[in-house]
Amino acid sequence: MSYYNFLLEPISCHAWNKDRTQIAICPNNHEVHIYKKEGGDKWSKIHELKEHNGQVTGIDWAPESNRIVTCGTDRNAYVWTLKGNVWRPTLVLLRINRAARCVKWSPKENKFAVGSGSRLISICYFEQENDWWVCKHIKKPIRSTVLSLDWHPNNVLLAAGSCDFKCRIFSTYIKEVEEKPSPTPWGSKMPFGELMFESSGTDGWVHSICFSGSGGRVAWVSHDSTVAVATGSKNTVISSLRSETLPLLGITFITENSLVAAGHDCYPMLYVYDEGKSTVTFGGKLDIPKQNAQRGMTARERFQNLDKKASSETDKATLESVHKNSISQISILEGDKSKCSKFCTTGMDGGMTIWDVKTLASSMKDLKII
Amino acid sequence: MSKNVSSDRFRKVDVDEYDENKFVDEEEGGENQQGNVMGALQAVLKNPPMNTKNQALKDRAEGLVLKVLSSFKSADIEKAVQSLDKNGVDLLMKYIYKGFEQPTENSSAVLLQWHEKALSAGGVGSIVRVLTARKTV
Repeated sequence: MSYYNFLLEPISCHAWNKDRTQIAICPNNHEVHIYKKEGGDKWSKIHELKEHNGQVTGIDWAPESNRIVTCGTDRNAYVWTLKGNVWRPTLVLLRINRAARCVKWSPKENKFAVGSGSRLISICYFEQENDWWVCKHIKKPIRSTVLSLDWHPNNVLLAAGSCDFKCRIFSTYIKEVEEKPSPTPWGSKMPFGELMFESSGTDGWVHSICFSGSGGRVAWVSHDSTVAVATGSKNTVISSLRSETLPLLGITFITENSLVAAGHDCYPMLYVYDEGKSTVTFGGKLDIPKQNAQRGMTARERFQNLDKKASSETDKATLESVHKNSISQISILEGDKSKCSKFCTTGMDGGMTIWDVKTLASSMKDLKII
Repeated sequence: MSKNVSSDRFRKVDVDEYDENKFVDEEEGGENQQGNVMGALQAVLKNPPMNTKNQALKDRAEGLVLKVLSSFKSADIEKAVQSLDKNGVDLLMKYIYKGFEQPTENSSAVLLQWHEKALSAGGVGSIVRVLTARKTV
């Protein structure tokens, strides 16, 4: 587990390149900075991408085609391609009249989806004849800002979590770009914009959403401190867990049954999904706190504490977790969603931590990642 | 004799309703007197008036819950909270915060005791659910 502090500002969003030697982050302003790993624990800034007029809210780096897509509050998205040693932007007209909130490349990297405050999702694909990125909108039945997106491995289904308290799965089949998709557990008829699944039962904004490695399950975290998982089938059953922690902001599958989520509590947590019993259970806290030397309290201090704070416990004012502020994004570093060996978290403290699943599993004996 | 009076509607009036000294025996009150406060808690947390828009019904439910919560001895509060399941703890937290909104002389002290115990059982998550709930109790 290694922690690196990039800056004092929150990291709005981040994305890794294919071989995980470079990371693109937005340091809470209009720019995107790309850092390169220099041996050991050092990172150096190699590029600065300045084109947005508003805060950059989403970055995604396509591993195979090495293109970066960014979206921001200036209602624009840019696709950046590396020419020589310079990243050149191409504007994508999203035709939205509110800020863009999140962006994700599809698995085959021929489309990307942008969620925005205009209550719609823009699906953008490249039209060869016009040499231009074109976008199509999915509007119904979204009633509020789309906060998070994730693609199904078949390149057609897209899961969207939004501020109207629902998680939905849409089809984004575009006949100019791809073949007709084969039936999935979420349904077989998939025209563009078709709503395949809509959740119910949770009460808070859906901050983050993730498909499992196979695409048969979708998990989401919502602002009422719940984690929910649904398995696609004729009668989809939603299993949810009301956690005792503060709301979570990011979630990802690390195996077909285990999820890692993190949020305002500043440490990642493991959750285990059992499809047979339709339950989600808390698997454990994934942070290894430093062992602080226990200072003995003098009797005077104890009485002072009792008088001032009505408790005689030792001072718990400092956070023991690695991140000192909320974690806003989790991404998989090594492996994929069906078997992940390393994942990375970035947060509002400007820091990035790389977590090794094997080390965590061995150091916490009760942790079971199935 | 009733033939002297043309109307006999007076026979349909329930005089007992207008009696000031009428004995009111409510179900919860009965259980309180018997000392079955745990049973009263379970009964009062069943079927919360979440889906109704009738404000008077919600106020009445809140009043009942407050009465039951105040009738507990301080030492029993922890046991009572332990006996509730996760949904029960969330619901209890919702009633506690509703009670904070309209404080009476003694209610806040009692509610704060309940709040401490419910917090250790439900964690901050239960408070977050009070804040984000779309259907209030």
